[in-house]
Amino acid sequence: MATLELQGLRKSFGETEVLRRIDLTLADGEMLVIVGASGCGKSTLLRLVAGLESPTEGRILLDGTDVAARDPAERDIAMVFQNYALYPHMTVFDNMAYGLRIRGLSRDAIRQRVDEAAGLLGLGELLQRKPRQLSGGQRQRVAMGRAIVREPKLFLFDEPLSNLDAKLRVQMRAEIRRLQRRLGVTSLYVTHDQVEAMTLGDRLLVLHNGHPAQLATPIEVFEQPADTYVAGFIGAPAMNFLDATLTESGRAARLAVGPVLRFPDGPRPGPEGRRLTIGIRPEHLALAAQGLPLAVELVEPLGSESLIHGHLQGGVPLVVKHPGHAPGGETVQVALLPEHMHVFDHETGRRLPPIGAETGAPRLVAAGSDQ
Amino acid sequence: MDRRTIFGGQLLPALLVLPQLVLTLFFFYWPAAEAVWSSMTTTDPFGQGSVFVGLENFAELFSDPLYLQAILRTVGFCLAVSVLAMAVALLLAVFADREIRGRAIYRTLLIWPYAVAPALSAVLFLFLLNPQVGLIGRWLNRHGIPWDYHLDGGQALLMVVLASAWKQVSYNFIFYLAGLQSIPRAVVEAARMDGARGWRRFRTITLPLLAPTTFFLLVVNLVYAAFDTFGTIYAITKGGPGQATETLVIKVYRDGMINQDIGGSSAQSVVLMLGVIVVTAVQFRFMGRRTSA
Ligand SMILES: Nc1ncnc2c1ncn2[C@@H]1O[C@H](COP(=O)(O)OP(=O)(O)OP(=O)(O)O)[C@@H](O)[C@H]1O
Ligand SMILES: [Mg+2]
Repeated sequence: MATLELQGLRKSFGETEVLRRIDLTLADGEMLVIVGASGCGKSTLLRLVAGLESPTEGRILLDGTDVAARDPAERDIAMVFQNYALYPHMTVFDNMAYGLRIRGLSRDAIRQRVDEAAGLLGLGELLQRKPRQLSGGQRQRVAMGRAIVREPKLFLFDEPLSNLDAKLRVQMRAEIRRLQRRLGVTSLYVTHDQVEAMTLGDRLLVLHNGHPAQLATPIEVFEQPADTYVAGFIGAPAMNFLDATLTESGRAARLAVGPVLRFPDGPRPGPEGRRLTIGIRPEHLALAAQGLPLAVELVEPLGSESLIHGHLQGGVPLVVKHPGHAPGGETVQVALLPEHMHVFDHETGRRLPPIGAETGAPRLVAAGSDQ
Repeated sequence: MDRRTIFGGQLLPALLVLPQLVLTLFFFYWPAAEAVWSSMTTTDPFGQGSVFVGLENFAELFSDPLYLQAILRTVGFCLAVSVLAMAVALLLAVFADREIRGRAIYRTLLIWPYAVAPALSAVLFLFLLNPQVGLIGRWLNRHGIPWDYHLDGGQALLMVVLASAWKQVSYNFIFYLAGLQSIPRAVVEAARMDGARGWRRFRTITLPLLAPTTFFLLVVNLVYAAFDTFGTIYAITKGGPGQATETLVIKVYRDGMINQDIGGSSAQSVVLMLGVIVVTAVQFRFMGRRTSA
């Protein structure tokens, strides 16, 4: 158990800058989930912390000590790899015992720890098997077990569930959360699964091209996304974006598709006509008798709800999540619920909070340092 | 094995395999049959013709202490060559597997010796180790270390082992490098995270994962050392001094071609042939099992 602090961490591979200035602090026992599109540097961040890559710049403090120059062997960090990376020539028992033997634990202590972890993960029967005799879910558990027995300062998970089928993933997700809580080990968890991002962590870090776009609790990220990238990335189906301009002395937005929407939470700063992007999630749009005409292109019935894909006038794409079955017809009328809309600056894409509330979002990380 | 083309009829398939069959027939079965036949004959004292003597040549062979010595010598030679060639190749492959500058050049250079003909590699070693003209040979003698493989059997053996192993290092290197590169990077990284370093990680992770490669190479190297080193040995020592570097293959040649004991030499060939068949069968067994597992 430990605290982790990253200070001004950067990483470049030759000319390509993969991570640009990551600053973050993890409290003892905290679980931080890192999400972001493919190639945004999630694995690189984990590998830097693990010591498998060395940072171009910056410090990695584990329990207050800078470990950036240390070999992985000296960091006391355990990692669960995406493809498990079990030792194929060793039994399940030996896979788990390997790190303990290197640490020089006694035979009895090793057996006790491995048995304990195996019990926790339901691996008791499988200890004498080789990895190739295991199913994907069982291998996943062994990889977890190998991390657990070490009782490390820090757990790193790199998309540990992405090779499992949907059902197993749900089960393992809950299991990981339960284990992490119970063991209280500080953890970094990389995923690009929406549900894992929302449910697993105490906090969520959204990476965008190596920038930290937002670092906050999952609910906060969902309800107050820091910019249009985060807004579009978190939540499925993705948020709709509509062009607008500021009007009525900052108290409302005039959508390019017509209507004027008053901000329920107060006026936004800026001159009349300032260009905005209005974000609204598909579930916050409703079919109504009177509203914006939407030319329907595709309806995806999901059982309990339907997704209606279409175009507003001028070809602006829009997705509506409608509870129940979608009505037939080539056009439907859509009403926007202003209390759920998100206001962003059109140029920078950054969230535009109401006047007087700018200080209300202290947890935004310096993604916009280029402003 | 799924993509098969089925040819109709009898004639076309027969024609297609005919060239291979003819080649095998003329260059293997015929001489092999001849060897088997002459291993059971002996030339009459006047050199007028051959006489059938059954298994007498074989009985003589296995009661000949020189032959039994040659077997032991060959086994020792094969093991020395294989172990040396494989160990050096593994060491080089481990270094070549690292992220180093000029890696491509380094690898290419290491593969070259494989393309060198046995006689040429022998000449290379002569230029190095010949007591009169060899670079190292002269240096040794000048510094008071008596070096002459024409006289010292141990030195001669050392030299043919070196020359034979050197030629095989490239081949082993390629396989070991491929083997190392097929070890998943994440597995090695997991071991690093588990705290394993240096020699320990090599011994507990890398080496076991290279075991299939090692086994394959061991068989190939033993066969190479037993049968393909004729050119190298013959060019350097001709099997001498005395019988110091006379492996079984050299002995077959010396007894048959030089001493004109066709019957005895043929019997030796037949024994060698059986040896090859056994080794190959073993190899196919294990390799087949590996790939189908
Ligand atoms: N060893 C390397 N050399 C050069 N470039 C690299 C190296 N490792 C990663 N990169 C680059 O760094 C970027 C980030 O890679 P990284 O593996 O961290 O992405 P990721 O966020 O984990 O993506 P994914 O979700 O697909 O796993 C990518 O553009 C990748 O091409
Ligand atoms: Mg990754």
